[in-house]
Amino acid sequence: MRNVAAVLHFCTDNPPTMMAYLLGHINYWLIIAVMMVGMFTMMSSPNLMKKLAGLSMFQTAVILFYVSVGKVDGGTAPIVTEAATRYANPLPQVLMLTAIVVGVATMALGFALIIRIRRAYNSMEEDNIHQQMEAEELD
Amino acid sequence: MEMLTVLLVVIPLISAPITAIIANRYVAWLITLVTCLALAGLSGVVLHHVISGEVIHYELGGWKPPWGIEYVIDSLNALVAVIVAFIALITVIYGSKSAEKEIHDSQIHLFYAAFQLVILGLLGMALTGDIFNLFVFLEISSLSSYALIAMGQKRQALVASFNYLMAGTLGATFFLLGIGFLYAASGTLNMADIALRFDQFSSMTLVITALLFILIGLALKAAVFPLHSWLPEAYTQAPTMVTVFLASTSTKVAIYVLIRTLYQVFPNTYWEEMLLPGFLLLSGCLGMLYGSYKAIRQVSIKRLLAYSSVAQLGYMVVGVGLNNEAGLIAAIVHMFNHAITKAALFMAAGLVLMRLHTTNLEKLRGAGKTMPWTTGAFALAGLSLIGVPGTAGFISKWYLVQAALEKGNYVVAGTILIASIMAIMYVWKIIETLYFEGPDKLTVHKVGSGKEIVPDLPVATFCCYVMVATCFYFGLYTDIPLEAANTAVEVLFSTGGGQ
Amino acid sequence: MSASALLLTALLLPLAGAVLISLTSSRPNLRESVSVLTASLLFAVIIRLYQLPAEAASLVMATPVDGLQIAFSLNRFGVMFALIASSLWIVTTLYAMGYMRAHNERNQTRFYVLFAVSIACVMAIAFAENLLTLFLFYEVLTVGTYPLVAHAGNAKARAGARKYLLILMGSSIAFFLPAIIITYIQAGTLSFAQNGILAGNIEAIFIAPLLLVFLLGISKAGIMPLHRWLPSAMVAPTPVSALLHAVAVVKAGVFTVLKVVLFIFGPDVVAQSVNTEYLLLVPMATIVLASLVAMTRDNLKERLAYSTISQLSYIVLGALMVNQIALVGATLHIAMHAFAKITLFFAAGAILVAAHKTKVSELDGLARKMPITFACFAIGAMSIIGIPFLGGMWSKWYLVSGASAFTGSSWLGWALSITLMLSTLLNIWYLLTIPVSAWFKPLADKTSEVTEAPWPCLVAMIIPSAACIYFFFQPDIFLQLAQNIVGGGKP
Repeated sequence: MRNVAAVLHFCTDNPPTMMAYLLGHINYWLIIAVMMVGMFTMMSSPNLMKKLAGLSMFQTAVILFYVSVGKVDGGTAPIVTEAATRYANPLPQVLMLTAIVVGVATMALGFALIIRIRRAYNSMEEDNIHQQMEAEELD
Repeated sequence: MEMLTVLLVVIPLISAPITAIIANRYVAWLITLVTCLALAGLSGVVLHHVISGEVIHYELGGWKPPWGIEYVIDSLNALVAVIVAFIALITVIYGSKSAEKEIHDSQIHLFYAAFQLVILGLLGMALTGDIFNLFVFLEISSLSSYALIAMGQKRQALVASFNYLMAGTLGATFFLLGIGFLYAASGTLNMADIALRFDQFSSMTLVITALLFILIGLALKAAVFPLHSWLPEAYTQAPTMVTVFLASTSTKVAIYVLIRTLYQVFPNTYWEEMLLPGFLLLSGCLGMLYGSYKAIRQVSIKRLLAYSSVAQLGYMVVGVGLNNEAGLIAAIVHMFNHAITKAALFMAAGLVLMRLHTTNLEKLRGAGKTMPWTTGAFALAGLSLIGVPGTAGFISKWYLVQAALEKGNYVVAGTILIASIMAIMYVWKIIETLYFEGPDKLTVHKVGSGKEIVPDLPVATFCCYVMVATCFYFGLYTDIPLEAANTAVEVLFSTGGGQ
Repeated sequence: MSASALLLTALLLPLAGAVLISLTSSRPNLRESVSVLTASLLFAVIIRLYQLPAEAASLVMATPVDGLQIAFSLNRFGVMFALIASSLWIVTTLYAMGYMRAHNERNQTRFYVLFAVSIACVMAIAFAENLLTLFLFYEVLTVGTYPLVAHAGNAKARAGARKYLLILMGSSIAFFLPAIIITYIQAGTLSFAQNGILAGNIEAIFIAPLLLVFLLGISKAGIMPLHRWLPSAMVAPTPVSALLHAVAVVKAGVFTVLKVVLFIFGPDVVAQSVNTEYLLLVPMATIVLASLVAMTRDNLKERLAYSTISQLSYIVLGALMVNQIALVGATLHIAMHAFAKITLFFAAGAILVAAHKTKVSELDGLARKMPITFACFAIGAMSIIGIPFLGGMWSKWYLVSGASAFTGSSWLGWALSITLMLSTLLNIWYLLTIPVSAWFKPLADKTSEVTEAPWPCLVAMIIPSAACIYFFFQPDIFLQLAQNIVGGGKP
C-alpha cells in the first residue's frame, strides 16, 4: 500500500517531472501497448488462431521489455569490438534467446493443437466448438 | 553429494531423447521405469541428507553464483523432489497397461519421452536456485504436459489442452515479466542473492510490481482460485497416467515455488503488512468452498476429483496466507499428503475407467459388486481426502486449523471445517453410488463403448493400494514430511530471506 | 501374559475375528461360530483386565503430530465400557444368528465383519490414553458403522445412512476437532489426567463455551439439536440398532462426554466456572423433548431411538452436574441403560421377525402369542423407567440424589428435579403402555398364526433382561467401578 501511495504522491505533486517521466519511458509505454493488444486479442477473439497470435504478441512484448531493460545509454550491441567501449547489458539479451526458443516451442505446439482441433471439430471458432462439446456426452 | 543433485535433472534430460528415438513401446516403458527408479533413489538419498537442516549447493559448470546458475537443495525442495520422483515411479508402474490402451502404438514412445520431460521440468523447478532457470523448467514441464494432455482419448482433450496452453503460457509470461522487473531492480537472478540484497532495493515501486506479476503467474500455474479454470477439464480429459501424475505433482510444485518466492525471494516481512496475506486467505477460502461445491455437483468421478483438487489447493494457499509457522507447516505437509491422496484416488478412478469405460457415476451404480477392490481403495483414500484421523489428510488439517486458531482467525478455521464437511459429501457421493445403489444398470456398462472388457489389472490395483497404504502410513508415522517441513519452516522464518 | 500384551489382545482380537469371519464367509455356521468365539474370548480378556490394577499397562502406537501420541492405557472407566460392550457383543451375535437368517438379510458376512470392526473401535475408544486417540477411533467408528446402517441398500436406507454420516462426521469435524485443537493449544497436551488438564490453563470465562463446543461436537451422545442421526440409523437391521445404536456408538458418545468432563476439564474446573450450569439446560431440554417426540412415534424402533436420546441426556446431565453422586449416577447409567435398552431392541426385532409388525399400534394382544418376548420387553421398560427390583433403579437413584445435592442456582436445582420427575412419568407413558396393551388388549388380528421368535433371539433376550434383575440385587460390580472412576481413583 505504501508504494501505491508513493506513486500517487509523485504524480500529483510533480507535474513537470511527470511529463519527463512519461516521455523518458516511451519505450515502456509502447511495450505496454503491445502487451495489452496481445492480451485483448487473446481474451476477446473467438478464433483460436487469433488467440494464439495474441499470445505471441504478448510474449514478444515481454521480450522487448527485457531488451529495453538491458539497454545502456550510448551502449552498442554486446559484441566485443575495437570501436566500442560501452555495451548494452548482455544478460537480458541472452535470457531472451531462451525465451524466444520457449516461445517458438509454444507456438509450434499451439499450431499443432489447432490443426488437430480443426480436424476433430471441423471448426476453429471457440463458440462453435463449445456448442459441439455441450452436445457430446459428458463423462 | 553435490553431483547427485544435478543428476536428478541430468538423467531425465538424457533419457528423454533416447526414449523418443527408440520407437519401441516396451523399451520406452523400461527406460522410463529405470529413470524413475534412479530418480526416486537419488531424491530419497538427497532428502535423507538434508532433512535435518543441511543445505547442498551445486554450481552448474563451476560458475560461482550469482553469475552462474546454482542448485540449492534444502529439506523443502528435497521433499518436493521426493514427491515428484516417487509419484512418477509408481505412476509408471501403474500406467503401463493404461498407456498401452489409451495411447496409439506409434506414439507411445513419444508419450513416455514427454512424460520424462515433465518429470525433468518439475524436478528442475524444485531444485534450481536461479529464478530464470526456474522459468525455463516451468516451461519445459508445461509444454510437455500440454502435449500429454492432448493425447487423451476424446477430442475434448484437444480443447482442454489448448485452453491449458493459453492459461499456462499467459501465467509463465507473467512470471517472466515479474522476473524482468525483479532483475531490473536487483540486477541479479540468483534467488539467494536477491534475498540477500533485498533491503537495498525494497523501496522501489518496481519490486511490488514484480511480486504481483510473479504471484499471478504462479497462481495460474498452481490453479489457485479464481485462476483455476484450466484445471478441471485438463485433468478430466488427460490420459489416466497423466492425470495421476499431474494431479498429484504439478500444482504442488507450483505451490512450492510460491512458498519459496514468498519466503525467500521476497522476505515475508516485506509483504506481511500489505493486502497480500488477506488476499491469499480470501482466495484460499473461496477456492475451498467453490471447489467443494462444484465437486459435489459433478457426475464424473474424474471431474469431481479435479474440482476437489481446486478445493485442496485452497488449503495450501490458506496455509501460506496465515503466515505463521504452523500454517506454513500445514501448507508443506498438505502438499505432500494431498499428492499421495490424490494419486491414490485418480489411480482408482483410472481403474474404473479402464475396466468399465466410463467414470460417469450415473452408469456406475453398484459397481462395487463388480470391482470390490477398486471401490475399497476409493473409500479408503476418500477418508484421507476428508481428513479422518489416522489418515494423512488429518495431519495437515490439524496443523491448518491450529494455525488459524493461533492466529485468532476464526472465519478461516470455520471455512476449513465447512470445506471438510463438504468433502464428506462429495467423497460419499462416490462411495454411495458405487456400493449401495442397486446394480440395476449393470448390464449397460458391461457393453461399454464396444471395446473389449479389460480383465483384472493386478499390477495397477496393487499400485493403487500402495498409495492407499501410504495415505494411512503417513497418517500415523509422520516423521518424514513433518521433519522436512519443520526444518524448512525454521529456515524460512528465521532468515526472513537470505541464507 | 503381561498387562500390555493383554491390552493389545483386547484391541486386536475383534480385528482378528473380522479377518476370520471374512475368510469363512462361504460357511455360515462356521462364520457365526467364529463370531461367538471371538466375542467370548474378548469378554474373557476384558474380565482379566478388570482384575488387573489400573494403569498397569500402556501402549504407544505412533506419534503423528508433535508430542501427540496414538496411545492406549488400561483405565477403570475404559474397563467398565469394554465390559459392557464385550458382554453384550456375545449376546448380540447370538441374537443376530437367529435374526439375520429368519429375516433373509443380504450380505451377512459384510455385516458380521463390520460388526467386529466396530467393536474393535469401541475397545480402542475405551482404552484411549488421550483425546486424539479417542477422536481417531470415534471417527473410525462412524465410518465403520455407516455400511451397517446403509445395509439394506434401498433408497430409505441410503438416505438414512447419508444423514447418519453427515451429522456424526460433520459435527465432529466442525466442533469436536476445533475443540480438541483449542484444548491442545491451551494445555499443551491431550492426555487424560485425574482432575483434568485444563485446570489453570484456561480463563474461567471460556470454560462454558469450550464445553459447549465439545458437547455439540460429540453428537454421538445424541444431544439435541444434533440428535437426528439416531432415528435415521434405525433403518439398520435390528442387531445393529440394538448393540450399536443403543450401546456401542451412543455409549461411546456419552463415554467421551464423561471423559472430557472428568479428565480433560476436571470436575472442579467445571464446578467453579459460573456459566457452565446453564449448559444443564441443553440435556434437560433434550430429556423432555425427546420423551415428548417418542410419544408421538408409532414406529417401535423409532420410539425406542427417541427414548435412547432422552436416556443419554440423563448421563450428560449427570456429567454436567459435576457432584460426586451425580457423576456416579451418570457412570452407572451407562451400564444400566445398556442392558435394559438392548433388551427392548431385541424384543422389537423379535416382533419384526416373528409377527412382521413394526408399529406400536399393531401390537395389541400380541403378547398372548409371544409371551417371552413381551415379558422381556416389560422388564427392559421398567428398568429404564427405574422401577425397583430392576437395575435401572440404582442409576436413577444416584442421579436424583445428585440433583438434590446440586449446589448451583436454586431455580436450576428445582428445574432438575422437575425434569427428572416429568421424564419418569413420560417414560411410563410411552414405554410401559406397549407391553400393557400387548398383554391386556384383545388381539387385533385373530387369524394370524404368529409364533415366538427363533430360539437364539429368545435366549439373547432373556440374558440381558435377567441381568437387569440381577443388577438390582448385585449392583456392586458397576457401582464400585463407578465410584472408583469418579472419586479419587485412577482415570
